[in-house]
Amino acid sequence: MNNLDDLYREIILDHYRSPRNRGELESPSARVEGFNPLCGDEIVIYLRVEDGVISDVKMTGHGCSISQASSSMMSTAIKGKTLEQAHRVIDRFKEMMTLKERSLDEAEEPSEPDLRSLGELAALAGVVKFPVRIKCATLSWNTLAQALDEVESAP
Amino acid sequence: MSSFDPRRVRVDTPMLSRVVKGRRLTYLDSASSSLPPRTVIEAIDRYYSLHHANVHRGVYTTANEATEIFEGARAGVAHFLNAPGGSDEVVFTHGTTESMNLLARSWGAANLRAGDVVLVSQMEHHANIVPWFQLRETHGIEVRFIPVGEDFRLDLSGIDDLMRGVRLVSVTGMSNVLGTINPVAALARVAHEHGALIAVDGAQSVAHLGTDLSALDIDFLAFSGHKMLGPTGIGVFWTRREILADMPPFLGGGGMIRDVREDGYTPATGPTRFEAGTPPIAEAAGLGAAVRYLESLGMDALAAHERELTADALTRLAQEFDGRVRVIGPATPEQRGGVLSLDVEGVHPHDVAQILDQYGVCVRPGHHCAKPLMRRFGLAATARASFGPYSLTADTDVLIEALGEAVKLFG
Repeated sequence: MNNLDDLYREIILDHYRSPRNRGELESPSARVEGFNPLCGDEIVIYLRVEDGVISDVKMTGHGCSISQASSSMMSTAIKGKTLEQAHRVIDRFKEMMTLKERSLDEAEEPSEPDLRSLGELAALAGVVKFPVRIKCATLSWNTLAQALDEVESAP
Repeated sequence: MSSFDPRRVRVDTPMLSRVVKGRRLTYLDSASSSLPPRTVIEAIDRYYSLHHANVHRGVYTTANEATEIFEGARAGVAHFLNAPGGSDEVVFTHGTTESMNLLARSWGAANLRAGDVVLVSQMEHHANIVPWFQLRETHGIEVRFIPVGEDFRLDLSGIDDLMRGVRLVSVTGMSNVLGTINPVAALARVAHEHGALIAVDGAQSVAHLGTDLSALDIDFLAFSGHKMLGPTGIGVFWTRREILADMPPFLGGGGMIRDVREDGYTPATGPTRFEAGTPPIAEAAGLGAAVRYLESLGMDALAAHERELTADALTRLAQEFDGRVRVIGPATPEQRGGVLSLDVEGVHPHDVAQILDQYGVCVRPGHHCAKPLMRRFGLAATARASFGPYSLTADTDVLIEALGEAVKLFG
């Protein structure tokens, strides 16, 4: 059952059992909903952005262990980051979800804060071996990208 | 005496010799789509290899053969259903969904007025909900729901109130999520007493229980080929001859007309009026073979076999997991088919299905196109295991083994 261990790393199960940054924010800078109509996964992301920095993030919703762990890890990876840094984390994460053959080590040198955040996120690298689950892992990231757009296009 | 033997069905079913992840395939997704026996595959192969031509109006030999195969399949389906009006009542569609849309768009649009009520139930598949919502938008009809009780059965205690203003009752014969077998004969009596008609979504019930239309007093029936060992891409809409005669065409085009002039058209009579365009001919050949095969097995024997499997699985799931694996559906096998919607405590259905796949076990995670029902029970999804004629208690063994792993992994 080695394959399953690739998918269900201990750190993923930990985030699934004890998701970080659960809840709602009062008067957030952005509130965006994401749906996966095929499997019924739902997520709502609340962002507070102050002076170009994501000062707080909260999330509600439900879904499988991969989608819940991915969103939980995402929240810890972007909290305290600038919008630009958050965009970079999104890009790196989505790259990891599309590049099947290339390991993280071979990707171009990430900058210092990204490296730290992707360290934990790298646990999700095994998901690409399970193509139907990629959308579970990327739901929160696509929703975050929308939320950032909303913040950035706000007057 | 029926000679039904699931092991023989297994030998007849090529897919079951597949090995997945180093284990034999444990196929528990027949409620979604069933595995065709070799006779169905061969019928399609024979059609394309020897008899392929467009049907109707052809003069050459193979075109006549194709027409005979196609119309022979229609007669075969009529025989399988014991349709009182024979094959003139059997319309080929692309599946249950198209059949339900045909019912709503043709009979519904022609006969229902603003304020008329279509009574469905909370356990319907979206195919028996959305077409009525669409008719609500265009015709102002009301769509009303029969509630589902805590026992996972229709709550008919308020049926007399629910029937007020109802012109059509449209219910599933057997829930694709709960396995619940609905009291269709009783509902038909109630509908007719109130001057309403009754339609049955037979996607599950025709495939797993069989339907005798000369004994069951219903007005419309819809079902799919691929859920009853036939091919995908074909389904059936059945109604009584006199109702069909008054139904306006649904899709317009070739094949469904008697005459087309510059000033208009005259539709054909009978089933072909609803079969615009080239019909699914190869699929009809396959469905014809499927109903012959099912008849050779005997639907009563098949239903009894699935009931036995279900009783055994319900007992063992309750014993093995100490309440951690809940079956969303009636807890005992009476008036219940072989559909086991599982809710594993602390494990999302997608993860359940993923772990089961490592054991070669095919179950379906999701809302099963029945979101009102899922909402009713406060669930986003379940992992659904369902039996077919080829299922064995050995399949339940593997299911339980794999569920044990899921429970263990997620602690």
